[in-house]
Amino acid sequence: MTFSADLEARWTSLMNRYPAGYRRGALVPMLLYAQDEVGFVSDEVVAEAAARLGLSRLQVEEVVSYYSMLRRRPMGRHHVQVCTNISCLLRGGEALWEHVRRRLNLGHRQTSPDGEFSLEEVECIGACCWAPAVQVNYQYHHQVTPERFDALLEGLKDGGRA
Amino acid sequence: MTGEGLYHEPHPAEVALLTRRFRLPRSASIDTYLAHDGYRAIEKALGMSPEQIIAEVTASALRGRGGAGFPAGLKWGFVPRQSPKPKYVVINADESEPGTCKDRLLMELDPHQLIEGVLIAARVVDARAGYLYVRGEYRYLIEILDRAIGEAYQRGFLGANILGTGFQFDLHTHTGAGAYECGEESALLESLEGKRGIPRIRPPFPAVVGAFRCPTVLNNVETFSSVPWIILNGGEAYASLGTKKNGGTRLFCLSGHINRPGVYELPLGFPLRRMIEEVGGGVANGKKLKAVIPGGSSCPVLAAEETDLPMDYDSLQRAGSMLGSGGVVVMDENTCMVKMALRIMRFYAHESCGWCIPCREGTQWLSQLLARFHGGGGSERDIQAIGELAQNMLGKTFCPLGDAAALPTLSIVKKFRREFEDHLDGRPCPYR
Repeated sequence: MTFSADLEARWTSLMNRYPAGYRRGALVPMLLYAQDEVGFVSDEVVAEAAARLGLSRLQVEEVVSYYSMLRRRPMGRHHVQVCTNISCLLRGGEALWEHVRRRLNLGHRQTSPDGEFSLEEVECIGACCWAPAVQVNYQYHHQVTPERFDALLEGLKDGGRA
Repeated sequence: MTGEGLYHEPHPAEVALLTRRFRLPRSASIDTYLAHDGYRAIEKALGMSPEQIIAEVTASALRGRGGAGFPAGLKWGFVPRQSPKPKYVVINADESEPGTCKDRLLMELDPHQLIEGVLIAARVVDARAGYLYVRGEYRYLIEILDRAIGEAYQRGFLGANILGTGFQFDLHTHTGAGAYECGEESALLESLEGKRGIPRIRPPFPAVVGAFRCPTVLNNVETFSSVPWIILNGGEAYASLGTKKNGGTRLFCLSGHINRPGVYELPLGFPLRRMIEEVGGGVANGKKLKAVIPGGSSCPVLAAEETDLPMDYDSLQRAGSMLGSGGVVVMDENTCMVKMALRIMRFYAHESCGWCIPCREGTQWLSQLLARFHGGGGSERDIQAIGELAQNMLGKTFCPLGDAAALPTLSIVKKFRREFEDHLDGRPCPYR
């Protein structure tokens, strides 16, 4: 499989970071950066990571299935994550989650048919003092009210990345 | 929007050691750092023996800021420096404890302070490489850290011949990919080796058999970030800011029903009441306080009447809770404690790695039981069952996640039993 020059460089640099005999240490970062480019951890990504690190595909699969950010299916172009853990819950995170669900017409870990949006209720993302928080792809949005989410959504629909 | 603007105007009660550069323009750049004491501590440390550095850190009474509160000097002293194996430094930047968002600021606003603390630890054990394990969600921080690491290489603070002394150290970032369990040190090390984050049986502890089966210094971001100040100003000076055996300052994350949520740097032993009322501006909307989680979701909750206490590790332990990771979550009089217990348990059920059966099964059962209870389908017997299930997880797992799930539940059942009773007989949740 061909990756972009950027990802190739990233993988090479990652594989050289770990001591001899422990090159496998690069696996999780390699998968996450590949997912950022490909959109998900495809069969090709699994096979390629396995080949480069001298692992079986099964060894890679068992790692993928452990980490909640690694996905074996495509997500939406905008992956919307809403935190409902304690600090966000106490500041309206639950109502926000319900609002976002209605607005996107999606449930937990669902993707819209046109592939534009996917939705996920997430555990604490480290924004407790600026709750409730939403992450879209890797971008943080703090103190999000239903109204502020609607404005954010309009921006995303206009073709913005985040 | 990244984390810019997350740091507030300092409160007069704050004591700014860790945060003293936070409000400077371009605080993350090496030039700003160098203009404000930057990399003077490593220069000093390079002229000290490892024993002298350990003695200084021990005298400082610096305790682990990740949650367990283990004395840092003692931990560093456990590393067998004479071992022929390579040694490593691993930085736990997997900040995931609900209620905690402080390491994020330390990495975003002063990454060089962290790098310098890591260098000092590396100097103590003669480590040649270090790994910054950053949770995957903190992608923008990895970019900031990589930039800072690049600057440090350029100026000769990392690499082959640091400050011309022959000391050699390489530092790498490493991303996690979504797993609370990887904040537990032995699971983190498994993850760093490219595996599922399953905890290791201990002993041996990471100091002896850690990263890549070699001796390893492993501490939290805030712990390392505290070290440069200690080396520059002395362990005694640091210790004197806090209380006995609880040296210095730490970052407290005030969240929940509070008027001024934020990350505040306060001395160890700062009174919790004052923290809530004065620093945080009191309970939001003029309501009364019902309960506080003092150090992240793993800690037993304190009822309002238990909050007259100093925030240090030993006082919290005496009060039957923990200082934990500094996440102070405030709940007002209208909070439903059954719902809080449920939300906390759902989190642990989601994050249990499944390796130990009491945790894997216990968190699932408790989560279902609490959901049914909160929905009005609970019985008197269920209250007892919740307590028993939680009790049966305590101390029966390889890592502390099982305890972390059980302890808050037990404390809520014990201290707020009436709220469970208010949900009996199909009654809708009376708290809104």
